[in-house]
Amino acid sequence: MDINGIKSQFPIFSKKINGKSLVYLDSSNSSQKPLTVINRLNDFYRNEFSNIGRSIHSLAVNATNKFEETRLSVKNFINAKFKEEIIFTKNATEAINLIAASFGQHNIKEGDEIIITELEHHSNYVPWHFLREKNKAVIKFAPIDENGDIIINKLKELITTRTKIIAVTHLSNVTGTIVPIKEIVEIAHKKNIPVLVDGCQSVPHINVDVSDLDCDFYAFSGHKVYGPTGVGILYAKKKWLEKLPPFIGGGAMINEVRKDKITYATPPEKYEAGTMPTAEVITFNEAIKFIESIGMNNLMIHEKEITNYALEKLKRINSLKIIGNPKNKAGVISFIIKGIHPHDISTILDEDGVAIRAGHHCCQIFHEKMNLTATARVSIGIYNTKDDIDMLCKGIENCRKVFDLK
Amino acid sequence: MDLKQLYQDIILEHGKSPRNFGKCEKYTHEAKGHNPLCGDQVHVYLKLNSEKKLEDLKFQGSGCAISIASTSIMTELVKNQSIESAKKIIIEFINMIKTSSEIKSNDLNEDQKIKIMSLSGVRQYPMRVKCATLAWHTLTSAIEEKKEEVNTEVIE
Repeated sequence: MDINGIKSQFPIFSKKINGKSLVYLDSSNSSQKPLTVINRLNDFYRNEFSNIGRSIHSLAVNATNKFEETRLSVKNFINAKFKEEIIFTKNATEAINLIAASFGQHNIKEGDEIIITELEHHSNYVPWHFLREKNKAVIKFAPIDENGDIIINKLKELITTRTKIIAVTHLSNVTGTIVPIKEIVEIAHKKNIPVLVDGCQSVPHINVDVSDLDCDFYAFSGHKVYGPTGVGILYAKKKWLEKLPPFIGGGAMINEVRKDKITYATPPEKYEAGTMPTAEVITFNEAIKFIESIGMNNLMIHEKEITNYALEKLKRINSLKIIGNPKNKAGVISFIIKGIHPHDISTILDEDGVAIRAGHHCCQIFHEKMNLTATARVSIGIYNTKDDIDMLCKGIENCRKVFDLK
Repeated sequence: MDLKQLYQDIILEHGKSPRNFGKCEKYTHEAKGHNPLCGDQVHVYLKLNSEKKLEDLKFQGSGCAISIASTSIMTELVKNQSIESAKKIIIEFINMIKTSSEIKSNDLNEDQKIKIMSLSGVRQYPMRVKCATLAWHTLTSAIEEKKEEVNTEVIE
C-alpha cells in the first residue's frame, strides 16, 4: 500500500508544528482530516448551503438529499439493515446519553441493574450513573484481568433477573483490547438483555458489522473516523427506535403539534430535534469514501504492521512498561516509564513534534484497577509510518537522557 | 519554546530528590490537593509556632517532575517565614507563573529568587501550569484551615 500517497492527502502533514514535521500519534483522541473532507465542508458552505428538512426550495432539497445520502452510506458502512436505524447526534457521548435517557426512562427502575465493564471510557459510564442517581439503578462492573481482557465468565455471573442492559466498549482506548462483542451479545440475548456497544475506537480501525454482531445499540463519533467534529452516530435496532421515547424535544422531531396534544415523527427524525450539524453530516460521507477508497482490510493490515513494529521497539526500551497485553490488540499502546511521569514524557516528545496523549484518557476506573494515576498513550492511524515510530523512540530516548535514566 | 527553560537542572534535581518530603511531627495545619487531570496528589503539613512562623513544612504525594520540584522548592523557601511573608510569596509565585511578573519579595534572598524563577518557564506550557501551582494553592488552603481538598479543576 502506498502510505506516502495516503499521507499526502492530509494537508496537516505538510505543515511544520513548532518548526518540526508532525508525528501524530493521538488518533484515538481524534484523527487528522484528508483534503477531500476539508474541501467538502468548504464547498458545501460556499456553494450549496441550506438547512435540511422543511423548506422546499432547490438548495434545501439538495441539502436534504445529501444529508440522507450520508445516512445511507453509514448504514452500508456498518451493515445495518435499515437506513432508519441510523441517528445523527453531536458525538458518540450524546448517542450513549440518548439511549441511557430514553431507555432508562421506562425500563430502568429502582434496584434494576446495568452492567458495564472496567474498560469503559467515562462516556460509557457517566450516562448510566445518571440513572443510578435519578432512578436508583445499580451499576455493576464486569472485571478485567491484568492483560486488559474482560473476564467473560465474571460478566456472566453478574447477570441477574434485574439486569436491564449491558453497555460495553468494542475496543479499549487505553489497552487496545478488541472485545468479543458477539460472544457478549449472545450471552445477553439468551436472557433477553439488550446490549449497547461503544464503538468509538473500533469503527476507525476494524471491520464493524452491526447485523453480524446483533447488538441493539452501537455508538461512534465521526471525528475519529477522519471526518469532521460535531457528528456522532447512533445505530439502534428499529424495534427499539419505534418503542423508546424521544430524547430532545423541538422542531423536526414532531408530527403534529396541538395545544393539548403532540405526536412525534417516526425514526430517525424522532431523535433528531432542531437544526442538525448539516454541513458536517454531509461532509462525513467523504470520510467514509476515504476509508472505502483504501479498503478496511488494507487499513487493518497497515495499522497492524505499524502497531507490531511499535510494540517491538518500545519493548526494547529500558524501564518502559506497556500496560495490558490483550488477546486481540489494535493500535493503541499505553505505557509508563519508571522515573518519568507521563506528562513529562508528553511535554518532552512535543518538543520534537511527536504528539501523544498523557493522563488517564477518560478511564479512571481502569487506571485505578491497574494502580496507576496516569499513562502515556500512543495511538496509530492510517497515516502513521515506521518512521513515526522511530521518531517516537528517539524522543523517548531523549526523555531518558533529560531525566538521566540508565 | 526551549525545553531547557522548563526542565532546568534545578527542577530535575528537586524532582528526583525532593526536600522536606514526609510528615512533620506535631503539625498544626494540613491540607490535601489533587489534580484530577494527571492524578498529581499532594498533602502539605505545617507547624505554626506561637510567633506565627512556619516552623516546619513538609509534604507527601506523587506527581510529575514539575509538580514535585515546585512543591520541594516551595517548602524550602517558605519554611521559617512568617505567615504574612508566606502568603506574599505564594501570591508572587502564582502571579509569576500566570502573568510573568517579577519576584520582588524582600523576604527572599537572591539565591532563593533564582530558585523560584527556575519555575517561570512553566508559563509557556499552559497545560502544565496546574502542575506547578497545585502545592502552592494547597499551602494556602492549609494556612487558611480549609477543610476541602484543593482541586485544580475547581480553583482556576
